[in-house]
Amino acid sequence: MNIKWNALAQTAGISFGITVAVVTVFALGILALSRREAVLEAAGGTGSGGTGRANAALAGATVCFAACAAVVVYGLSLIAG
Amino acid sequence: MEHISFLVAVVIITALAFDFTNGFHDTANAMATSIATGALRPKIAVTIAAVLNFAGAFLSVKVATTISGGIVNEKAGIHPSIIFAALVGAILWNLLTWLRGLPSSSSHALYGGLIGATIVGVGFNGVNFNTVVTKILIPAVASPIVAGLAAWGATKLAYAITRRGNEKTTTKAFKTGQIASSSLISLAHGTNDAQKTMGIITLTLVSVGALPKGALPPTWVIVGAGAAIALGTYMGGWRIIRSMGKGLADIQPPQGFSSETAAAAVILTSSHMGYGLSTTQVCSGGIMGAGLGGPKRELNWSMARRMVYTWGLTLPAAATVAGLAAFVADQGTWGVVVVGAALVAGSGAMYLVSRRQPVHAGNVHDTAAVEVTPVPTPPATAPVTAPADATIAA
Repeated sequence: MNIKWNALAQTAGISFGITVAVVTVFALGILALSRREAVLEAAGGTGSGGTGRANAALAGATVCFAACAAVVVYGLSLIAG
Repeated sequence: MEHISFLVAVVIITALAFDFTNGFHDTANAMATSIATGALRPKIAVTIAAVLNFAGAFLSVKVATTISGGIVNEKAGIHPSIIFAALVGAILWNLLTWLRGLPSSSSHALYGGLIGATIVGVGFNGVNFNTVVTKILIPAVASPIVAGLAAWGATKLAYAITRRGNEKTTTKAFKTGQIASSSLISLAHGTNDAQKTMGIITLTLVSVGALPKGALPPTWVIVGAGAAIALGTYMGGWRIIRSMGKGLADIQPPQGFSSETAAAAVILTSSHMGYGLSTTQVCSGGIMGAGLGGPKRELNWSMARRMVYTWGLTLPAAATVAGLAAFVADQGTWGVVVVGAALVAGSGAMYLVSRRQPVHAGNVHDTAAVEVTPVPTPPATAPVTAPADATIAA
């Protein structure tokens, strides 16, 4: 019997890595969204003081969610492949 | 010739019936946690799953040119009555586990059925036991553990990272993420499992000369298999959805997103590497890991144990039923009729028993375990919440 432990370990490692990476990036995106809301709320009374930081947070969140979307698209290509 | 065409018709109908049970047995895999966290309302969830399962059937016919991926030696005389017996074993096991609300692998049921029917109809040399171990048994043990570990780690990180974020934003975003991750699982399921049915029907047609050797599935076969699995998915195996969504742990949106992402990653990676994976076991393993990784560190161990026992029993149980069915079906047309009648009677009986304690979209959030035998029900793991969507209970 020829069990390919190597391929098995590789599959397990890649699955684990992708899961943790996607969830981490997604969570960071959520954190950035929360920051943006907090900044906007704090700046609410004082005019447009926090818009720069709010925009930076929004950009960060967009990058995170775009990265997750890219992984999903790659997943779709695997399904169709 | 008349006997052959009768048998072929029976095999095609039975294959579509198996596909249907596969659909409603496995709705829970993709949607149980999304329904449990409220990311999707129950009826919406099964509708999305059904549409994506149907769409998935059209994405690929790569594995539809083999019945078993090399588990049984398809050239060693796999004739339609063996395939019929295999399907009977798989359907009956699927229905029995559904009745008890236990997620078991539809693929394993089918493989077990094929192995049992082949041993009786062809002999032990018809089964490639080497392939059974390397492509089914080892991944079956490894994949839920990998998914569980990945979901556990991802859940820990998800909570740690978003700890200081706005709770409302966090919950809403994880729920949105869940819709994407559970949709991906549904699509992968449709592609994988609908192809198995296409393969069975196509190879049956080839074996009687209705299609040339090496033919791809005809369009009506693809549409039929996609429609059967989609219809089954839409019916929603609510008993299993309840067990997986509420029976293992009280799953919150970050946990649901982590477990679904882990399941999708394991499913896509291992199918890419050519392992005969069980979506069911991967998803259940992910939910268990997410339960343990959450802030409450909870897992209903008695439910988890029951699921693991069921997984262990799936191959041998389906093989035994299919072996018996193969012996009877091999006796000729009357044998096929007897097996068919037994299948209809068995399925009908289990449906009737299920009516004693029905589970549907309206009460799927209840935490009481599905119990059809007069055994005292285990204590609920979480406070029983009134179903918020009782209005859609039709």
